[in-house]
Amino acid sequence: MELYFVFKEWRLTVYMDGELDHHTASQTMRKISEKIDIYLPRDCVLDFERVRFMDSSGIAVIIKAYHKMRQAGGRLWVDNVGKQPLKVIDAAGLDRIINIGENAQ
Amino acid sequence: MKAVNYMKLEIPSRSANEAFARGAAACFVSQLDPTIDELGDIKTAVSEAVTNCIVHAYPDAIGKIYISGKIFEDGTVEISVRDKGCGIEDIHKAMEPLYTSGGEERAGMGFTIMESFMDKVKVRSALGRGTTVVLRRKIVSRNIQNERL
Repeated sequence: MELYFVFKEWRLTVYMDGELDHHTASQTMRKISEKIDIYLPRDCVLDFERVRFMDSSGIAVIIKAYHKMRQAGGRLWVDNVGKQPLKVIDAAGLDRIINIGENAQ
Repeated sequence: MKAVNYMKLEIPSRSANEAFARGAAACFVSQLDPTIDELGDIKTAVSEAVTNCIVHAYPDAIGKIYISGKIFEDGTVEISVRDKGCGIEDIHKAMEPLYTSGGEERAGMGFTIMESFMDKVKVRSALGRGTTVVLRRKIVSRNIQNERL
């Protein structure tokens, strides 16, 4: 999983590229947490446009980022979510607590 | 019902094999001409089952994971994921949403997702002997779906 971070006007955008499964999850989780700690953004956006596959390991990554942003008094967004990851997010009931961007499919 | 095709696969429980396992299952199912969504569902469920073997069945060692697939005459696919690991003490509890023994890296949603993406999920387990998860899904070929439109 390749991650690209852009920090602009208190918004941290994480462009994610690859497949989010158990193999890639813990490193992804750690890298995102580190950047949130460094920048303390007001909004964190996980951009899923290039996430071609996600399973429940991705749910744990999103929840971890959500908790970190809540602790810092900020908000978490998940944007540009493709059909397959969105189905996993919905099945886990995560759509009720996480802000899903309007660009989701 | 008679199986019209089958496959068998054995892999060590390394996390790098998760992508291979779900990809192989998807390739096997492709001969039924599934939709992208159906393939995505099968990949997701297989990924969950294989991850369970890696995280829970063999927590401290590399063990063997046996994956087999069958295709039946009516277009039903059956994928079974078997390990010879530690086994599940309480299957009902393990299948509850949000329950996990895997710590904060795990969401506890594996079985919930398998059940919502497949038509049928069967789990057999014996402590100290291993676990078998059988996933079933009927594939409605794209040609048939197009005719219905």
